[in-house]
Order: sequence, then structure tokens, then C-alpha cells
Amino acid sequence: MVKPMSEAVLYSLVVGISVGLAAGYLGSIMVLEKMALVGDALSHVALPGLALGILFNFNPLVGGFAFLFVSAVLIWHLGRVTKLSFETLVGATFTLALAIGILLFGDNLDALEEALFGDITKVGITEAVVAVAISVAVISLTRFIYRKIVLGLISEELAISKGISIARNNLLYLLLVSLTVAMGIQITGTLLVGFLVVTPAAAAKIISANLSKYLLLSSIFGAISAISGILMSSYFNILPGPLVVISGITIFVVAMVIRWRTKFTS
Amino acid sequence: MVTADKNGNYILKVSNLAVEISNKPIINNLNFKIKRGITLAIVGPNGAGKTTLFRALLNLVPYSGKIEWNGKTKIGYVPQVLSVRDIPISVREFLSLKNESESDIKAVLTSVGLYSEEVVDKSLATLSGGQMRRVLIAWAIVDKPDVLLFDEPTSGVDLDSEEAIYGMLRKLTAKNKITLLLISHDLHIVREYSNYALALNKCMIFFGESKEVMNPATQKQIYGEPICKEYGEAYV
Repeated sequence: MVKPMSEAVLYSLVVGISVGLAAGYLGSIMVLEKMALVGDALSHVALPGLALGILFNFNPLVGGFAFLFVSAVLIWHLGRVTKLSFETLVGATFTLALAIGILLFGDNLDALEEALFGDITKVGITEAVVAVAISVAVISLTRFIYRKIVLGLISEELAISKGISIARNNLLYLLLVSLTVAMGIQITGTLLVGFLVVTPAAAAKIISANLSKYLLLSSIFGAISAISGILMSSYFNILPGPLVVISGITIFVVAMVIRWRTKFTS
Repeated sequence: MVTADKNGNYILKVSNLAVEISNKPIINNLNFKIKRGITLAIVGPNGAGKTTLFRALLNLVPYSGKIEWNGKTKIGYVPQVLSVRDIPISVREFLSLKNESESDIKAVLTSVGLYSEEVVDKSLATLSGGQMRRVLIAWAIVDKPDVLLFDEPTSGVDLDSEEAIYGMLRKLTAKNKITLLLISHDLHIVREYSNYALALNKCMIFFGESKEVMNPATQKQIYGEPICKEYGEAYV
């Protein structure tokens, strides 16, 4: 007999689809920029913000987003001043944030576990509505800067000669990643949310010959990873984060097989 | 020396141009002007400042001196290096990054001899060197520039395709009255396909008609004296 779906699972699915679509879309740029590790590491920066939210009794996700936002601006600024790569700067920042976060959580291990691995039982209608709104905003804004970022990736000189400000687009992009990561923490926790930004896009890239297909598949793979992870989590009553990762990796493996078959038959 | 046309109008005037990168002088006291519709080749040894000159003309590097483009000159630019091999992007999508319509894309690909339904949907990563260069030329001219800056237009292309590409560039620039500035290492190409040449080695060491570039005295001026060793009777 099929169990009726609880409200929390239903709302989690709405959040999951929203996060999956937005993360896949944004992640497609990250994979092109060869910044996959940036997405992963940046997610850990939210940890101190989540801890402060719990300590001072405000929505931890707001704290998480604030930390992500400030870190993103700081990394962007340091990148411009020092000419160091994003990867280097994020690498330096995220371990510090992780250490501060763990110290702030202290012996509140349940809250730390929730922050690290996510908890869908606390997702309600407000979170679902906010996630849909943020997802729509993130995808629309990313669409607006996508061509400019791709042109900058093809040739920075070409982009600048066409009057495109690469620094400004990068800043907006980092802010959009921060928003999406903060939203995704509810489902997978800070430890695994970076996965949603990286793996769906990586799977899409190996079977796409053009940008439209790449973007579409990245978003769809992100959403499918989130949906199947949440459904399995509710069915088996285990944490959703690892199951989202396993679903996404399955998609990646299928994409590899498709690519291998296409190469073999042609 | 290139002179002004009847109206005294130049499309580009460069006066006292100097560029330093990390406190190292790359270009020093460069002065020249060119009129509309000519093809000017920029030649010189490696590290002479050729690409830096293009970057200065495009305002991509800080410089001192004056660069004046005539009125609202629209500039098309194709750099030497493009990172397209790792991006899943089709020919159509690449050209539409410039916001051009489908009919413009079709027209420009036809003009570079590359239009077919199969090619427009091909990924850039799968194009041959010659096809890629044609796509880049299409990219540069699709929004109808007045001036085209081309850095090594045929690098990575075999000799046969090279001649074909230059022939096509000559036709396109003549038909659309485009002023072409091109960087090339190949003096044969410079002589055949450009009207004038500017030789650069930090400062300007030659500026005149391209046919003079093949003159041994001019080459000595551009590339310096060859350093030869005296072996006496060399044998193995």
C-alpha cells in the first residue's frame, strides 16, 4: 500500500524542485568556468551563519545566506585586488568558516547534524513559497548574464571590447549562487548542497553538443536528483542529503554510458 | 607614408602611444594614421608589442598618448586565442552571442563559405582548424564593423586553407569597405594580402607599402642583423 505523502514531504519536493532547477542552471556556468570546487566549498561558508541563527533565535537560513553573501562579496573583492583565483580564495575562506561554525555550535550536536545534512521535516509552506520565488528570480537573472559570462569565458578580451563588465557579472553570479545554496541547505545540508551545483551540470555537459541542451539538461538533472532523493528519504526514513547525492551520481553514470555508446556507435 | 584622403579624413590616428605593462615598456612613442578601406599588416618579432597594440586600440590596456577613431567607428576583433574547445556551444549559438538575427547568421556564414544546416548546429569543438577560422571571420563581420582587427587570422590552419581564407578576407573587406588591421608573421601573406605594413619592435621601425617588406634591407631593419657563426669548413 502506498503511504500518503505528508505535507512536509510535499513542501520539501517543491523546495527540492526549485533548488534543483536553479542549482543545475547556475552550476552549468560553474562547470564551464572549471570552478566546480568553488560551489562545493562555498556552501560550507554558511555554517557559522546557521549557528548564529540557532544561538540568537532567528531563522538560521537567513544567517546562512548573510554569511554566504558577505563571503561572496569579500571573495569577489579580494579576487580583484589580489588577482588570486576564486578557487584559491574560497579554499582559504571555507575552512575558516567551517572551523568557526563547529565552534559556535558547541555541544549542540543535533543542530550541527541538521545544518550539515539538512532536515526536511521542518520545511513548510512559507519555505516552499520562498524557494519558488527565489528560484524564479535566480533563473531569470542568470539568463540575463548567461551570454555575457559565456562570451567572457570564450575570450575575456572579446567581452571587455563589447563593453561587458566581467567583474560585475561575476559578483552577481556569486550572489545568485549564495542564494541558491542557502535555499538548498534545507534539503541536503551544508555538507552536500554543493553537489547540486556541480554534478547535474557535469552530467549534462558530457552529453550536450550545444548550450540550450546543456542548460536544459543541467536544470532537469538537478531537479530529478532532488526529487528522487527526497522521495527515497521519505520512504526509507533516512537523511535526504546522501540520497540526493546518490540519485545525482546515478544520473552522471547513465550520462557517461550514453556518451560512451554514442562514441562507440559513431 | 600613408597620406590623408581627399577630405583629409583618417579612420584612425595614433599619436605618441606608449604602453607599459608591469613597469616594462612594451610600446614606445608610436605615431601613425590610416585611411578608410586599407589593409594594414602589423609585423615584427615575437614580443614586439603587436598584440599589445591591438589591445590598446581596443582600450583593453592602459596607455599614454592618443588613439582617435574617426566618429562612430564600429570595431570587430578576433583575438589569437579563443577558449571554445571546452564549451558545448554550436556555431549558431556562438554567432548569436552578438544578438544577431537568424537571417544575419545565415548570410554571414554563406559569405564565408560555410553555411549548411549541418554546420550551424555543429559544436565548435568538432570543427576543423579551417572551419573554425571561417567561423571567427563570420563572428567578426556579422555586425558589420567598419574596422576589423585580426590577430594571426590563420594560426593553426594548413597552407591551402590559409590562402583560401586570406583570399576570402580580401573579398569581404573590399565588398564591405572594411578597414583591416592584421597581425601576421608570414611576410609572403603580408605582401600578397595587405596594402601597407607597420613593423613594430617596441617602437615603429618600418611603415610603408607592403611590397617593400620583402626587400632584404627592410627585413634587416625589422628583424635585425642575423647573428652568424664562422665555422670555416663545416662538415660531418
